[in-house]
Amino acid sequence: MILEGFTPYGDKHPNSCLKINHRPSNNTNKQLRSITDAFDKLQIKDGMTLSFHHHLRDGDFVLNMVLDEIKKRNLKHITLAPSSIFPIHEPMVELIKHGNIENIVTNYINGPVAKTVSEGYLKGFLTMDTHGGRPRAIESGELMIDVAFIATPAVNSFGDGNGIQGPSQCGALGYMMSDLMYAKHRVVITDFMTEDLLIKEIDGHYVDYIVQVDKIGDPQGIVSGTTKPTKDPVQLKIAKDTIKVMDALGLIKDGLSFQTGAGGTSIAVAEILRKKMIENNIKGSFASGGITSYLVNMHEEGLFNELYDVQCFDLEAIRSYRDNPKHHPMSASKYANPCHESVLVNDLDVVILGATEIDLNFNVNVTTDSHGYLMGGSGGHSDTAFGSKVSIITSNLVKSRTPIIKESVTALTTPGSTVDIFVTERGIAINPKRKDLIQKLNEVSFPMMTIEDLYHKSIEITGKPTPLIKSDKIIGHIRYRDGSIIDTLYQVRK
Amino acid sequence: MRRSLLFIPSNSPAMLQNADIFGADGVIFDLEDAVSISEKDAARTLLDTFLTMYPLNKLEIIVRINQIETSITSKELEKIVSDRIDTIMLPKATKESTLILLNQLRNIEHEKKLTKKINIIPIIEMATSVLEVSDIAKVERVNGLLLGAEDLASDLEVPRTLESLEILMPRALTILAAKAHKIDAIDTPFIHKDDDEGLVKDAKFAKQLGMNAKACIHPNQVEIINEIFSPSMAEIHQALRIIEAHERPENIHKGAFSLDGKMVDKPIIDRAHKLIEKAKAWHLL
Repeated sequence: MILEGFTPYGDKHPNSCLKINHRPSNNTNKQLRSITDAFDKLQIKDGMTLSFHHHLRDGDFVLNMVLDEIKKRNLKHITLAPSSIFPIHEPMVELIKHGNIENIVTNYINGPVAKTVSEGYLKGFLTMDTHGGRPRAIESGELMIDVAFIATPAVNSFGDGNGIQGPSQCGALGYMMSDLMYAKHRVVITDFMTEDLLIKEIDGHYVDYIVQVDKIGDPQGIVSGTTKPTKDPVQLKIAKDTIKVMDALGLIKDGLSFQTGAGGTSIAVAEILRKKMIENNIKGSFASGGITSYLVNMHEEGLFNELYDVQCFDLEAIRSYRDNPKHHPMSASKYANPCHESVLVNDLDVVILGATEIDLNFNVNVTTDSHGYLMGGSGGHSDTAFGSKVSIITSNLVKSRTPIIKESVTALTTPGSTVDIFVTERGIAINPKRKDLIQKLNEVSFPMMTIEDLYHKSIEITGKPTPLIKSDKIIGHIRYRDGSIIDTLYQVRK
Repeated sequence: MRRSLLFIPSNSPAMLQNADIFGADGVIFDLEDAVSISEKDAARTLLDTFLTMYPLNKLEIIVRINQIETSITSKELEKIVSDRIDTIMLPKATKESTLILLNQLRNIEHEKKLTKKINIIPIIEMATSVLEVSDIAKVERVNGLLLGAEDLASDLEVPRTLESLEILMPRALTILAAKAHKIDAIDTPFIHKDDDEGLVKDAKFAKQLGMNAKACIHPNQVEIINEIFSPSMAEIHQALRIIEAHERPENIHKGAFSLDGKMVDKPIIDRAHKLIEKAKAWHLL
């Protein structure tokens, strides 16, 4: 069911790629003493939309500081637009329940806030965007931001800033760029002022105010938890088989452009790919996305000529971003916005992605678990699956006694038309729409299964789970990268 | 035909569930060392249920029982012996215990009216077993010998080393006994699970001595072991050439003929056929 006034997926969104003017600041007196002062100066009031980036991930203090001010002032009907929400943002739960926060627009949601929204406490509406869809929505004026609070690890007195200096370094700041340029007002929040910025990723011309606080984040939570390849034999087998299918398709060749995530299996894929590239003296063109130390190693070993970085996942990535001239930052718009004239995802050869569920039509859910609870979101999933020449989903066929393949997914994040290969520990299925891939694999007698075979295999192991009965109450929707609505989210049944 | 046999603890549902995905030629469901005494009965029940419910296609199903002298063994055999399993692995094997097992198997198979005969892999892991290895190998239904170096080193009162000099003689005797009785010589597992380089070295050495398979204590070892104990593409190519040359009209009725200036006779032809049979079974052709 699609709510009135929205464009259903498959139809052309009428204003998808409109472009509003970006808004440089006229303000010259930028320094404020506190977030309270910023609220006063900008007259932040009921019903406004406030945005944030998620580069400080689960170590972010800035969103919580703003929530604290909303609570003190008892502001109501606020729309929050953070690019992601993590467990550290638990203070939001109370504000949702009291109606201070009425709507949320985000690309990823996890932890207590996700649970609260799943259970129907949000009075308004949750919109789940993609990493490319969010800048599209901001730049087209579809998501109008009143004030962007931009956590910035290092800032000068003009408001220029970067993420590679100071005590709360997080590296590249790609996700805040649209907020910086298109929000009505921008407040930079920092814990480190210096006039000696190594680079200026934030252009002070767009900054209205600067607030210095004691700490913007906890470095322990800023860097990602998983930065080592998995040792789990099942996941390792999946990683090895992923490389085997890439190899059989002739994808591991000079000029390869590649993206993978920061989880244990993804890093194992990168590590096995690294060995393969060294063995065969293969030089790739670029690796992109969130950057990990493994991709940095590959870049420094000459295996990938360039790195395009929207966010750094670990300290090594931050170090490389600072030191390596071919480790480039990129905005979320350049990374994945479907309206960007040279969007990077369209240059990707291969992307490796995960799945919470996949259905017989290769549709993927990474937004909810199988009980309907929110536990993630697209991030760049839909964007890279769409843009890359070959998108590969890796997952255990059975997770905690639950089969991963469903007749239909609980929530649709990434359409099956953009998903090409599904690698599990019990076999590899190719989307029948990719006849070219099937033909190539047949030519080299590469063993394949159909997704139906894999489904039956998993049901043989677990039995057929009772289908989830959704409640009637709509809590939000999943907005595809082009602005159309790809699925509706319902309150979980308690 | 065996290259790799993977140990799986029988008390771990998650590991049982994935027993068949790693490409091992056989799985050894362990009821002995991997299962503490307090969990033996639960592991037995779990394994029995698992084997009933779970389809394990084309995989040799081996169960490592407890030592034959213990009181648990007969309960184990009663519960576990069925048409669903192929082989019983016998720890601390002697000629006597292997014969006892053979008799117990015969009785249970008769009582349960089984349609198959269960094979036996004795583990050579005591000094006595090494001395009796040829007698053990000739017991009916024994179709492989597994060298158990860890327990053997304890029995010999020597430390286990990476170089494995301390087990050189038992390794050689196990191989000789196995080959003399035309059964599999299965090498002791390499216990350093994260040392791939060490595993490669150890497995290649074992193969060079005459082992034709190796036990694995971790799934990540299977791929390496399969690769080492599989015939190489060059060996497959040469075997095909030998068979093709033998089948030519001028050679087919000869006891020996010449290929590339070297004499080819019956043992070489037989070996070529055996190698091709393996290559086909392991999808190398």
